[in-house]
Amino acid sequence: MKIFRWFIGMIFLVGIVILIIIRPFPFLFYPDLPYINFLGRVLYIIILACILCLYRVWRGPTGADRIVAIDILGIMIVGLCAVLTISTGRSWYIDIGIAWALQSFICALALSKYLEGKGFDD
Amino acid sequence: MKSRISMFFVAFIVWCLFNWVPDWQHLVIGGFVSAFVAFMVGDLFITRPHVLMHPSRYWYFFVYYLPMFLWECFKANLDVAYRVLHPRLPIYPGIVKVRTKLTTDTALTFLANSITLTPGTMSVDIDKDNGVLYIHWIDVKTKDVESATRIIVDRFEKVLKKIFD
Amino acid sequence: MINIIGLIFISIGLAFDVFGCLGLVRLPDVYCRLQAATKCVTLGTCSILFGTFLIVGFTAAGIKSLLCMIFLVLTAPVAAHAIARGAHRAGVKLWEGSIVDKYAEDKEGEAQNRIK
Repeated sequence: MKIFRWFIGMIFLVGIVILIIIRPFPFLFYPDLPYINFLGRVLYIIILACILCLYRVWRGPTGADRIVAIDILGIMIVGLCAVLTISTGRSWYIDIGIAWALQSFICALALSKYLEGKGFDD
Repeated sequence: MKSRISMFFVAFIVWCLFNWVPDWQHLVIGGFVSAFVAFMVGDLFITRPHVLMHPSRYWYFFVYYLPMFLWECFKANLDVAYRVLHPRLPIYPGIVKVRTKLTTDTALTFLANSITLTPGTMSVDIDKDNGVLYIHWIDVKTKDVESATRIIVDRFEKVLKKIFD
Repeated sequence: MINIIGLIFISIGLAFDVFGCLGLVRLPDVYCRLQAATKCVTLGTCSILFGTFLIVGFTAAGIKSLLCMIFLVLTAPVAAHAIARGAHRAGVKLWEGSIVDKYAEDKEGEAQNRIK
């Protein structure tokens, strides 16, 4: 039964990835930049990974699961900003990435303190 | 005083890298900002400034520690990919206890970071007074303290002792 | 040529990102999820940032992506460590198939000593 579930899930995931790779999606960016076909597909696969994270935020049995998923989501957005930097050719996207990384780190520390049940003094 | 001067140089280099290609206006503003930062928080971050002066420590860091760390990190990722994609999910998790001989804060932080990014292990808590680390291990091979220490900690401890102590 | 190498780095990082998120969905308890996700997503994002640096070169965006890479390698394990300790202190149980829990044994011993 577990093998069956694994099989269904793998077919679903690999199917979505193959669909993203072979199907010509409409890209929102400038079509005359180099490698834009490859980088647009990269963006869609990162969004797929973010949806997997959001599943864990939605269905997490405890609060710690949700905090882990939010932390991981913050790290992945930095990669998304880096890909946006090359795919649009605007260099200020990486500034958003750096600010997001700092913010996500401090957010994770504060949430873990909250989870521990102590105040912020010690 | 020494720690504030070294903090000034670290902050100034980071400022120059953030404003790449630096011209003279950036350099003047960066000098004021990093002097302020060094005056405020200099003796919090760098507590033992004489460690920064030895070139042999940088040699050990870049030649021995960094390639070993990157290779272990890559192996860890392949290991996680294998365990996640396997249909029967081959994990045997548990929290074990290991001992360490390192004492300084920086060395313990680097040891915990290295343990977290290497195959199958993640540090849960550090007890600094007794020199004990609690480690969550995804594939528990032994419950004994000494043999777990030999498997997990020893390869990093030898290099980190030369770098940070 | 160097652009092709950068695109290969971005592809490897993308694959590791997807594996890490799959581990976040499949594994049974908080600590295992934290392990898989932290390792895979940290190295994957660092690989994407390094590919960005190779494509963009020594410009402002390239230097900033290198700094961001160093920052992620230094801070992601610290955040994972803090979340794991907070979860264990908050009383999140390990998976029922887990073998040994030395940390809980030591904590119980300390609590009993404090009561005496």
